[in-house]
Amino acid sequence: MAKMTLDQLRKLREETKGDMARRETEGKEIQVVVGMGTCGIAAGSKAAFDAIMKTVDLLKLSDKVIIRQTGCMGLCHVEPTVEVIMPGMPATIYGKVNAATAEEIVRKHIVEKKMLDGHIYDRPAIDIVKK
Amino acid sequence: MAYKQFILVCGGTGCESSKADDIFNNLKKQAEEMGVQNDVQIVKTGCFGFCEKGPIVKVLPAESFYIEVKPEDAKEIIAEQIVKGREVKRLLYKDDKQKERVRNEEIGFYQKQYRIVLRNCGIINPENIEEYIARDGYLALEKVLSSMKPENVIEELKIAGLRGRGGAGFPTWRKWDFSRTVESDQKYVVCNADEGDPGAYMDRSTIEGDPHSVIEAMTICGYTIGASKGFVYIRAEYPLAIERLKIALKQAKEYGLLGDNILGSNFSFDLEIRLGAGAFVCGEETALLQSIEGNRGMPVPRPPFPAVKGLWGKPTVINNVETWANIPVIITKGAAWFAGIGTETSKGTKVFALTGKVKNSGLVEVPMGTTLREIIYDIGGGIKSGKAFKGAQTGGPSGGIITAANLDTPIDYESLTRLGSMMGSGGLIVMDEDDCVVDVSRFYMEFCVEESCGKCTPCRVGTAQMHSLLDKICEGKGEMEDLDKLAEIGKTMTTASLCMLGGSAANPTMSTIKNFREEYEAHIKEHRCHAGKCKNLIVYEINKDTCIGCGMCARKCPAGCISGNKTDKYVIDQAQCLKCGECFNVCKFASVLKK
Repeated sequence: MAKMTLDQLRKLREETKGDMARRETEGKEIQVVVGMGTCGIAAGSKAAFDAIMKTVDLLKLSDKVIIRQTGCMGLCHVEPTVEVIMPGMPATIYGKVNAATAEEIVRKHIVEKKMLDGHIYDRPAIDIVKK
Repeated sequence: MAYKQFILVCGGTGCESSKADDIFNNLKKQAEEMGVQNDVQIVKTGCFGFCEKGPIVKVLPAESFYIEVKPEDAKEIIAEQIVKGREVKRLLYKDDKQKERVRNEEIGFYQKQYRIVLRNCGIINPENIEEYIARDGYLALEKVLSSMKPENVIEELKIAGLRGRGGAGFPTWRKWDFSRTVESDQKYVVCNADEGDPGAYMDRSTIEGDPHSVIEAMTICGYTIGASKGFVYIRAEYPLAIERLKIALKQAKEYGLLGDNILGSNFSFDLEIRLGAGAFVCGEETALLQSIEGNRGMPVPRPPFPAVKGLWGKPTVINNVETWANIPVIITKGAAWFAGIGTETSKGTKVFALTGKVKNSGLVEVPMGTTLREIIYDIGGGIKSGKAFKGAQTGGPSGGIITAANLDTPIDYESLTRLGSMMGSGGLIVMDEDDCVVDVSRFYMEFCVEESCGKCTPCRVGTAQMHSLLDKICEGKGEMEDLDKLAEIGKTMTTASLCMLGGSAANPTMSTIKNFREEYEAHIKEHRCHAGKCKNLIVYEINKDTCIGCGMCARKCPAGCISGNKTDKYVIDQAQCLKCGECFNVCKFASVLKK
């Protein structure tokens, strides 16, 4: 690394900020949880995860959003599954999420606060727990 | 490709000594074997503070807080969590209520903490300058160089109300302003990293976990007072901190944040490391400067103060590590923000090294004005093994013991002084009913006898005299007038010593005589040590009614002074007893009594 000027330092900070912000969890109110059990991964949840992460970075949301991975959500017939928990919106589980849908979730659900049609599935965990 | 998950492994000295290095290497190896090395970033960070449960491993963004991790656990963490998204439940921290999952912010140890100084410890990789920069590192330097005049910086520090964290609490802005206003061809900036208090390790951890914060702050000071040269004086016993500081200095120079024309400006500043040999007195600023100059580390009378006439007779600002680490944040977040934290006279936070008979020992950073009860019970989890709290020692060999009656006093510089103790560097040792205050005072006095440089008579002779009196009391040979003698010598040392080593050496003794006088009297009048610490005052006896005659004590006794048989039971020959306590420890029937 050559010696930096003020502007270069600013640029470097801008570039590296996103990665560090992803490491932080404090003060982030929006959670996106991707089901990444064996079934999820087989159905393509890795692509969904990557797309979410890319879009969150692109829209500079990484200081507000935590992207977590979890095991199987119990909705194996509609994998890959993505749950979004955020203030002002009901906790929602989306199913059959490919990369394009994943991007839409970030743009529509998180940014515009509008739910996506055709991909919403009920929360199955409650029924399972009740049984 | 950006990483999806992060594994942070504590790389502080504490966790490193319990194989954190192996954990780190195993995690890397496993990640590669399972082909996820591009998904997960494995980082070695500074101290998390929760040293009691180390080594600590944290997985983000899942916020899994793993404790007491072993190198062989690496495989499971990678295979289960990174690949399949399932936490390794058995390694998770569980609180007293044994809840299955405790989120980070719910961990009692962290709840009341507020991290300014330790803001980057346990988050960034201290050996990578870019991670520091990403977390607003060198933003303060940028701001100062591009938009602030030296007097603006002083004004900010004045409004912030930052005071020296090394112990005495002198307003930082005044030190800086003294040096700034003196005309001189050369000025110096010095960091005091000669942490000498037994039990204190916040300065070491700050440098280990976030070395750039100190470098950035010292550079800002150089700009403010007009110095082009600085030294970090650090003890040679801190190899890891020195190593990380060296790496940080090298990187800062490469990136143009140290050296000539910093960030393209006209300002040049450079730093060097000076190693100390570990003498306690070298933490005293004038002795420290002597040591940097290559002389024997002995204090010189003040005034003139180093801020006016310091290193090689030039104006020198000398601050402690923790003070330095506060400065970049004050500049970036603003003085008003900082002044809003803490009490009327003491602003900001203080890091304490919480040790002794407390459940969660470790490094804790709390706002000034937090009570001792909150630190010991809420953060520290209370006294180990449920014994009764007796006192808390603050300020190491210069401080005193705070009793249960003052547990609810908000802690700041003034309140501690009022209680006969002092902030010191922030050592906080918790004592329970098994600790004898006379013995503790003797321990600290012994430390001062050994560490006294011998230059001035009150300290050289006074510490030795006080030590021999305390020794006498511990042996049961004390007289009541010894207490008056201790007070008299203590007073002389406090007023007449050349530096604060002697000036405060009597504090532990004086505060305990004041707060625990009955314990001193029990030693002197009844020849009893209720805590059972002073060997000469303990008597071991065997209770014939409960002794079953197994003979275990007799077999273990190194002096061979226990005799008996199954029917007559066993007896200790008091004349020969060494009071080693072996019989007491081995008796399974609690038939050996300690009186």
